[in-house]
Amino acid sequence: MLKQRPFLIETLTAIGLIAAPFVLPHLGFAPNTVNRILVWGLFGLGFDILFGFTGLLSFGQSAFYGTGGFVAAYLLTRAGFGNVLGALIIGMIAAAATGYLIGLIALRRTGIYFAMITVAIAEVFFFVEFNPLSDFTGGENGLPGVPTPSFNLGFTTIHFTNGWSLYQFIALCYFIGVIIALRIVRSPVGAILSAIRDNPLRASAVGHNIHGYKLTAFVIAAAYAGFAGGLLGVLQAFMPPDAFTFDTSGQLVMQTAIGGRGTLFGPLVGATVWLFLQDFLQSALGLGAAWKLVLGVVFVLLVCFLRGGIIGGIADLYRLASGRRRRTEAEAEQEAADAEARQQPPPAPMLAKEVEHPAYSGPILKATGLTKRYGGLVANSDIDFSVNQGELRGIIGPNGAGKSTFFKMLTCEVAPTSGQIVFEGRDITGLKVTEVCQLGLTKSYQVNQLFTGLTVRQNLTIAALAELRGKFRLDLFRKLSSVNGLDEQVEHTLALVNLTRRADTPVSELAYGEKRRLEIGLALATSPRLLLLDEPLAGMSPRERVETVKLLKSIARGRTMIIIDHDMDSLFELVERVTVLQEGRVLVSGTPEEIKTNAAVQEAYLGGVHGEIAA
Amino acid sequence: MISWPNLVSQLFNGLALGALLALISSGLTIIYGTLGVLNLAHGAMFMIGGYAGFVAYQYTESFILAVIAGSLFVMLLGVAMERLIIRHFYHRPHEDQLLVTFGLGICFVEIIRLIFSSQSQLVPPPAIFQGITNLGFMFYPTYRLAVVGIVAIALGALFIILYRTRLGMIVRAGIEDSVMVDSLGINVYRVFMVVFGIGAMAAGFAGIVNAPVVSLTPGIGDDILVQTFVVVVIGGVGSFPGAILGGLIAGEIISVTSMFNPGYAYVMLFAAMTLVLVVRPHGLLGVQGRE
Repeated sequence: MLKQRPFLIETLTAIGLIAAPFVLPHLGFAPNTVNRILVWGLFGLGFDILFGFTGLLSFGQSAFYGTGGFVAAYLLTRAGFGNVLGALIIGMIAAAATGYLIGLIALRRTGIYFAMITVAIAEVFFFVEFNPLSDFTGGENGLPGVPTPSFNLGFTTIHFTNGWSLYQFIALCYFIGVIIALRIVRSPVGAILSAIRDNPLRASAVGHNIHGYKLTAFVIAAAYAGFAGGLLGVLQAFMPPDAFTFDTSGQLVMQTAIGGRGTLFGPLVGATVWLFLQDFLQSALGLGAAWKLVLGVVFVLLVCFLRGGIIGGIADLYRLASGRRRRTEAEAEQEAADAEARQQPPPAPMLAKEVEHPAYSGPILKATGLTKRYGGLVANSDIDFSVNQGELRGIIGPNGAGKSTFFKMLTCEVAPTSGQIVFEGRDITGLKVTEVCQLGLTKSYQVNQLFTGLTVRQNLTIAALAELRGKFRLDLFRKLSSVNGLDEQVEHTLALVNLTRRADTPVSELAYGEKRRLEIGLALATSPRLLLLDEPLAGMSPRERVETVKLLKSIARGRTMIIIDHDMDSLFELVERVTVLQEGRVLVSGTPEEIKTNAAVQEAYLGGVHGEIAA
Repeated sequence: MISWPNLVSQLFNGLALGALLALISSGLTIIYGTLGVLNLAHGAMFMIGGYAGFVAYQYTESFILAVIAGSLFVMLLGVAMERLIIRHFYHRPHEDQLLVTFGLGICFVEIIRLIFSSQSQLVPPPAIFQGITNLGFMFYPTYRLAVVGIVAIALGALFIILYRTRLGMIVRAGIEDSVMVDSLGINVYRVFMVVFGIGAMAAGFAGIVNAPVVSLTPGIGDDILVQTFVVVVIGGVGSFPGAILGGLIAGEIISVTSMFNPGYAYVMLFAAMTLVLVVRPHGLLGVQGRE
């Protein structure tokens, strides 16, 4: 829907904002209430990018709301700064800068740690505002006398005073906020943010500097909060100190969850519900202070039963009504496509990234003395391993031989206890998995690591973006479609792993074999020169195996691959040389024929049979 | 300026606050460590403990009965909360767990506000601990000294449960690797329920013991919750000894800073937390594992 009509959402937002002053008074909304809803909505736009899109639940947004608000209000009241819009923007920048510093600390940890740290931060800001900085912030009195904006256009001066007049200014701010947020969400950065929410591990493994992107989201959220805080002062002609309270953060979180996270408009809807219910319960039903209990119960019920909030619920209903038919159609289409694909010639092989220093001609990968200990357990011990350019190498070994640990060390997911890894003549020991992937070395995982909330195409887009844009780039306003070569790379990978017809299917709806192919596709889309595959055939049916082996053969052209698998028939057919690991050591290396007849290998797999027979 | 008796008395205050924080944080941390759920309603549990004790005290005039009633009530509340709501969230993302416990916390606070209004309520200390004690070099409120003792006993009891019983062994094993415990044939869900109850009880017990020191308001748990978070981050999530160490550190930081300027108490607390995060991201006694 988003793709077909590029400015649909923007247009609808504009229409809604223009219509609001004519419609809402009839529904009992006072202009002041509408303005407050818009301020919360603007505050929430940034927060939704942080929480809904990136998956970082912060309970500390009041810190930035308050910072932006008080900086703007201080400039306008005490410092004699005359330009309201200018003050708001300075407040926003101050909040963003604060967000950057706080983000450096809070983002050191994820999950619940992040939530706890943000709570603590918000509380600190509250106390700082009240005490050490009370000379600037007015302490518990706040800052009264914040002026409203006026613009001198030369021939006339527009002054936004209050009520529906001020609404025009706030609505314009909100509209610009929506446009910017939509641009961000649709940019490559936006795509990567959703990838981080879905699977941070894989997002960094395909070559994105996820810490940088998380910090970006945090700063964006802080900037929105800061601007909204400034608007609050303008709206009330007074900057209230309770902007800094934990309740502010809590209310924002609740409104976003009520309205629907990950929708950008959720916070606006949530704020509407919140403020409407607050008015309604307090005055119409005479519930007095109990309104907050009712809202609390509503919130808990929504979290329990309607995870996507109100907007999510409506979207689900819509999908339920219109989706079922489409799905059966899609399935029939897929079957036809599969049959067709079998007859079509295979797509051209996908080329690896160009070598940065083509002069290098030694082994593409060389590991020496690689050892990994977990406490007393030695997973890998003193492994020497070397792979030549263009080679297709297999690794086999009984369960627990340390194959996966070995792969994890090669891709720098796990740091070796000792030893050295050299990739294309360059020592990569101690680098991060992200950097190694950017150099052209990545792997597909033994257990699928996909972005399960996204579609197949989006999955591959994430991986391809890492190769095309590098590990970190702030192209916040670029359209995804304008990234050079992205479409070609995604389409090509789709064709290679035979998922073209499933491109717009959510990963959660894929069959296991398809997920497995996508797993390989994710690694492929980063155009690695050295690709490690950890049990690519695991769990596949015999027919799927044959197809996957064909796929692996086709992608092996022009690229070096190392494959772990237990399916020896398939593996021996594929690879040129095989290395056998046993109990964390290299047992033997050789051609498939040599390995098949090697007595030590048979011993390793049939472990101890000879001994038993002898006894 | 700073006088020695003043400093020593603040150090004692810090000890009392630190012991309380240690107890509350232990509850939070064993729940998190075992169940993987961060209970944002933990502050509300602390608050409800105080109110439940207050009600029991009104009826019985006995502080001991109030403590028992308050703790038991919160434990039952915790068990009910786990049975009815929390257990449906074990397989949902962390954010949802945070949201639902946050919402429950608000509901609890508002229910108490509805019943008892926002006015503060007083629970007097038990008769034997009333008045002040002459420590030789200074006078100090007897009950605050008693708080340290009472909380130490509670922590000791918690220690025995965690380190000397079968349940404790399962809990500690669960903190290390809950999947493994599950596959050993132990009914983790029943353990989860018990742990949630015990964790909530720790907060409730602290709430009633603390009630005579401060007056009760519905919002009393909010600040405590924030302080508890800092304690857990400093001490290391899932670590019982870490909660005690972190609690004592946080208590002393708050008390000693308050002597100079109360406004900076949180700033110092936050600075300490930041320092720990930079130097030892997993907390002073935390283990790398759960995130």
